[in-house]
Amino acid sequence: MPKAPFNAWLVPAGRLLLLLGLCFLIAGPWVCSIPQLQLLTQFLSLLVIAIMWNLLAGYADIVSVGQHAFVGIGAYAFFGFAVFAGFSPYLALLAGGATALVFAVPVMLIIFRLRAAYLAVGSWVVAETLMLGAGKLTAFGGGSGVSMPVSVVRSLGVQPALRYSHIYWLALAVAAVALATTWLLMRSRIGLGLTAMRDNEEGAGSVGVNLIRSRILCFLWTAPFLGLAGGIITLQKLRVAPPASFSITDWTVYVIFIVVIGGIGSFEGPIIGTVVFFLIRQYLAEIGVWHFIILGMLSIGVIMVEPRGLWGILRRVVPGDLIPVSHRPPARPLAGSDSAPSGTHLKEPHSTPAG
Amino acid sequence: MFFSWANQILQGVLVGGLYAMFAMGLSLSVGIMRFVNIAHGDLIVLVSFLILSLTQAFGLDPILAVLITLPLAFLGGYLLQRYLLQRVIGEGVLPIILVTFGLSIIIQNGLLGTYGADTRKVAGGGIETATLMLGKGINVGVLPLAIFVTAMVMVAGLDLLLYRTRMGARIRAVSDDVSSANLVGLPSAHIYAIAMGIVGVTVAISAGFMSVWTNFDPTSGPSRLITAFEAVVLGGLGSLWGTLIGGIVLGVAQTLGAQFDAAWQVLAGHIVFLIIFMLRPQGLFPRN
Repeated sequence: MPKAPFNAWLVPAGRLLLLLGLCFLIAGPWVCSIPQLQLLTQFLSLLVIAIMWNLLAGYADIVSVGQHAFVGIGAYAFFGFAVFAGFSPYLALLAGGATALVFAVPVMLIIFRLRAAYLAVGSWVVAETLMLGAGKLTAFGGGSGVSMPVSVVRSLGVQPALRYSHIYWLALAVAAVALATTWLLMRSRIGLGLTAMRDNEEGAGSVGVNLIRSRILCFLWTAPFLGLAGGIITLQKLRVAPPASFSITDWTVYVIFIVVIGGIGSFEGPIIGTVVFFLIRQYLAEIGVWHFIILGMLSIGVIMVEPRGLWGILRRVVPGDLIPVSHRPPARPLAGSDSAPSGTHLKEPHSTPAG
Repeated sequence: MFFSWANQILQGVLVGGLYAMFAMGLSLSVGIMRFVNIAHGDLIVLVSFLILSLTQAFGLDPILAVLITLPLAFLGGYLLQRYLLQRVIGEGVLPIILVTFGLSIIIQNGLLGTYGADTRKVAGGGIETATLMLGKGINVGVLPLAIFVTAMVMVAGLDLLLYRTRMGARIRAVSDDVSSANLVGLPSAHIYAIAMGIVGVTVAISAGFMSVWTNFDPTSGPSRLITAFEAVVLGGLGSLWGTLIGGIVLGVAQTLGAQFDAAWQVLAGHIVFLIIFMLRPQGLFPRN
């Protein structure tokens, strides 16, 4: 090993910060008021959606502007299973995620026939069609939507405080599973191929990365998590309506800004972006529509100047990834096999995928 | 009964003329610059608001207002391509999608902040309601007919421009192989910018007709983009006559959908698009 650089302490410091963030999230229900807990629940849902969009756009080269469709499908399916089928909210949440996965297959068959920017608008057409279709479901109140019956709401807790902490735990569980499994995916052989695709698509293809299979896996990977996020959001809002459940502004526009400004194509980027977004959100709300203009200009500026976003800027000083998804070359030369199992890349002590 | 259906289909065809007009600029940027401008619909709405301001603030005739916006739109398109889009072109697909996406959000919210969320329309001075009665219940609006004829003239004109003029040859050369075009001394950045200027002119013409014929508000852009995109893909990427046919297919699908239930109008267009796209992903008239 070469001598550690002067700023080597920044990596453990950053990891410590992530760990403290995780501790804070776990302690949330005991230290936060109900409105704060609701804000944290929104944070976790948006974090999941941002991680998923980054996986698609930042690695798999699927720049979708229609991922809000799966949030909406998850929301409607959760509502349907919980209210009409009488499932418990927990089971309905899982069923909502599964429904999003089921819908992802035909959606994929349509939009994967388009390339690049055509795929972007194509995914938007599909999302628009699904939203309009949801507006035709009379059982769900048609175009104006419907509220959740009180009996279902109460099954999560009679007192609001208990209910909100239940919803919060669900959101934290979904976010933890989404982050941990996506991190494992990125660390796996498939993730290695994805990183190669991100850096050089043709090169990755020529060394044997199966581009199509990786894209299919990523697209299907994101759908159930988006569906779960949709269910959590519905639990919080207690109603479904086409424009709100399938909100392109909330689940695509903000998410794209978050990921681009935080840093597309890195694991840390969406986390940093979501944290920054929630820190400045209340100030943004005060300036009305102009905050979209600022976010839009900021993200165009980021793409022109530092396409790797805030994390790209920080990474000039920080000598390593906080959440390592790439593999270090082995410290000593290995005899023969290059597909040595997990022993070659020891997991870092503080690499907990936290928000 | 037959004539009532024939009338509906005819109305759909005429609506398709407007959709084709939205789509023409997108078809050009897809065919020449090889990118989809996500802000395309928002640019149409932006010019519509410009026309609205010109007619309201200065009391100009809508036609005069459109004529004033034509050179402005050309210049706007030129500058947009030269100083923003050209910088991110050729660096993979992600930057250009994200930049035009950001632009779309900026335009929508800039218009919302400036004009408010109200639905607007430009007064056309009676042309909106003028109708030709062709008998047997078949009526043709003068404005839709004018739009349809203009759309056809635009396709023919753009075809001539691209395939019969020197500028068109240059544009096609840069589009086919930008490095070879640079090698023989073509100023590719300038030529791309001129092509985007031409896109700007089609945007201004369609904005002029749209602002008189239909209502619009600051958030109308995305639905215009989606319609334009569907027409381009249905027609076959890069084929201008195909784009016109694609627009007509959408227009007819929407009017027939609205016949069954007014609420199904937009959805019917999307569903017909998705069905045809699954059956013929290369579009109805693929260029190659």
